[in-house]
Amino acid sequence: MSVSVITVRRLKDISLPDLGRQLRGVGVRLRVSPFVVTIRSDIPVVAEGLSVLYANHEVLSVAEGFSDFHVAVISRRGWGRSKCVFQMDGVEPFTPLAINEAFAFLEWGLNWCVTSQCHQWITLHAAVLERGGRAVLLPAPPGSGKSTFCAALMMDGWRLLSDEMVLLDPKTLLVTPSVRPISLKNRSIDLMKERAPQGRFGPVARDTLKGTVCHLAISDESLEKADTPATPAWIVFPRYQRDAGLSVEPRGRASALAELFSNCFNHQVHGREGFRAMVRLMAQVKAFDLVYDDLEAALSWMAAQVDAA
Amino acid sequence: MKEGQGLDILLLALKPGADYAAFDEAEWDVLLRLARASDMLARIAQRTCACSATVPACIAPHLLSARRLAERQHRELELELKVIDRVLSEAGVPVAVLKGTAYVLAGLDAAAGRMVSDIDLMVPADLLPRAETALMMAGWISANRDAYDQRYYRTWMHEIPPMQHINRGTVIDLHHNILPPTGRIKLDASRLMDSAVPLPGFLGLRVLAPHDMVLHSAAHLTHEGELDTGLRGVADLDALIREFSRQAAFFDQLFVRAVELKLALSLYQALRLAQHFLSTPLPQGWLEQLAAASGCDPGAVRQVFLGRCWEAAVPPKHSMLRQRFAPVARSILYLRGHWLRMPPGLLVRHLSRKAVRAVFVSGEGREKT
Repeated sequence: MSVSVITVRRLKDISLPDLGRQLRGVGVRLRVSPFVVTIRSDIPVVAEGLSVLYANHEVLSVAEGFSDFHVAVISRRGWGRSKCVFQMDGVEPFTPLAINEAFAFLEWGLNWCVTSQCHQWITLHAAVLERGGRAVLLPAPPGSGKSTFCAALMMDGWRLLSDEMVLLDPKTLLVTPSVRPISLKNRSIDLMKERAPQGRFGPVARDTLKGTVCHLAISDESLEKADTPATPAWIVFPRYQRDAGLSVEPRGRASALAELFSNCFNHQVHGREGFRAMVRLMAQVKAFDLVYDDLEAALSWMAAQVDAA
Repeated sequence: MKEGQGLDILLLALKPGADYAAFDEAEWDVLLRLARASDMLARIAQRTCACSATVPACIAPHLLSARRLAERQHRELELELKVIDRVLSEAGVPVAVLKGTAYVLAGLDAAAGRMVSDIDLMVPADLLPRAETALMMAGWISANRDAYDQRYYRTWMHEIPPMQHINRGTVIDLHHNILPPTGRIKLDASRLMDSAVPLPGFLGLRVLAPHDMVLHSAAHLTHEGELDTGLRGVADLDALIREFSRQAAFFDQLFVRAVELKLALSLYQALRLAQHFLSTPLPQGWLEQLAAASGCDPGAVRQVFLGRCWEAAVPPKHSMLRQRFAPVARSILYLRGHWLRMPPGLLVRHLSRKAVRAVFVSGEGREKT
């Protein structure tokens, strides 16, 4: 009797030309936990980006089973330069973008799929990482250095659950990982390339609405634990400020709740129940404002919190 | 997938007694996509919930999500209507809520998982200015600044341009009739208002009487030129009929009223569609009598052709359904919708104006004129 070995097919097992062909044809179906996503695109930069940033993600058959989202980034000829559009099942929620932004557009589009369709969770605009079984939420406005800090933490051995979106269960208060690349902007791209030469970086999109954008692949450890949720223990509001030294201030619960609320995509859907869930969350976490000018010092402070807990 | 197969799954899921446990993951994949495209995911989610159906673990979260969204809309709707009720009763304006808003407030079966984006209200035509002013004072202002659109609505339509709340963003469509005054069928809206039924728990809000609610649903389906949510309209009609048919003498009243309001043909056409897609149950021979009373021959080329157009245009737009005739059918029904709405001279002026504007001002916030 033979024992059948189930081997997982990964995206890196497909050659780039084959990947391009599949993307132009029936599409490629990836397990991007907690979702299964089917992607089509006729744009080479999308194939390149996927092959680098999703190399270790599992590929599934498009011929059978279920896919949470059917998305496409398709080129479109206009009057001037050709552009690209993002589609979820034929719906185009955004205006077209320049073709060099196609991969970043796919990532932004997938974020939209989650925030517009997935109200099984409270969704928060924040990065979330875990160490020693405890998770830290990093809500912060653009430009505060959230993604840089998040990438540095991941490189420092924290498990990344998401750099953009917290999927919080309103009952259990557990955070579900969504294992996708980290979006880096402007100066943080070079900074991270220097800090993490072993990291896998995707295509660079210049002159986007957010400036220059480049994605960094999620660490293997984070991807392996894609199905393991985490319990929040800290909320840290990070802010990079030149020559500020390191300053840490505890943040009051009410103020932290208010700020978390303003970073919530769907609190109106969850209503009172959602509000109560967030209040319960506040009771179980410590909240801090973290201002830093040196990443190393900020990382050590974070490590010290883990050791102290 | 064979042509039409995906649509079969969607229709199966929309019929009462659907066996949701029988769908495998691939079928749910098709179902979810088509349900989203026709804005009826929450309706299906509500049905699976009501019959405690077993669904695959990967599907359940999507159904929960859709249900939450619909529940939130309904909650918001009730809060908004409390305000509107107070504002309009203070102004002394009688008001009937229409369509999805009415289904939700009256707690009808058709409200289960029904997404409602706009608040549809009807007031007597002579009190329209007073109602508009009162709503404006309460924060709802006309979102459309285009002079032509304003004139188009106010002169020729049965509603004024949508009014949006400056803080909360909710949108009111304020009607004074259910069909345009310039249209082929002249309808005396005061007859609808007179038979409207007060809503318990509100000061002055009313909903149309059951037969009028059905007639409005049918007229909307067969007079409206745009059928983006056509299947949802058919499902509404189906749910109304199934619920009201439990009332004694409902079909007799519906028949008399349809003839009285000259909407027998509309009702006949709409019910044919409901039967075609969702096997809506009707008394034996009733539809044939209705056709006879409407004075039209169901077998006439014109009726058969129109029926085909609707059958092609009602299913949702989706790449999964290869709909060769659908774009043509949609164009024909679009033109017909306008044809019914205004006399030929006006129609030519209006459509040429729209065509010119479409070329020169593409992509700007367009209204459904």
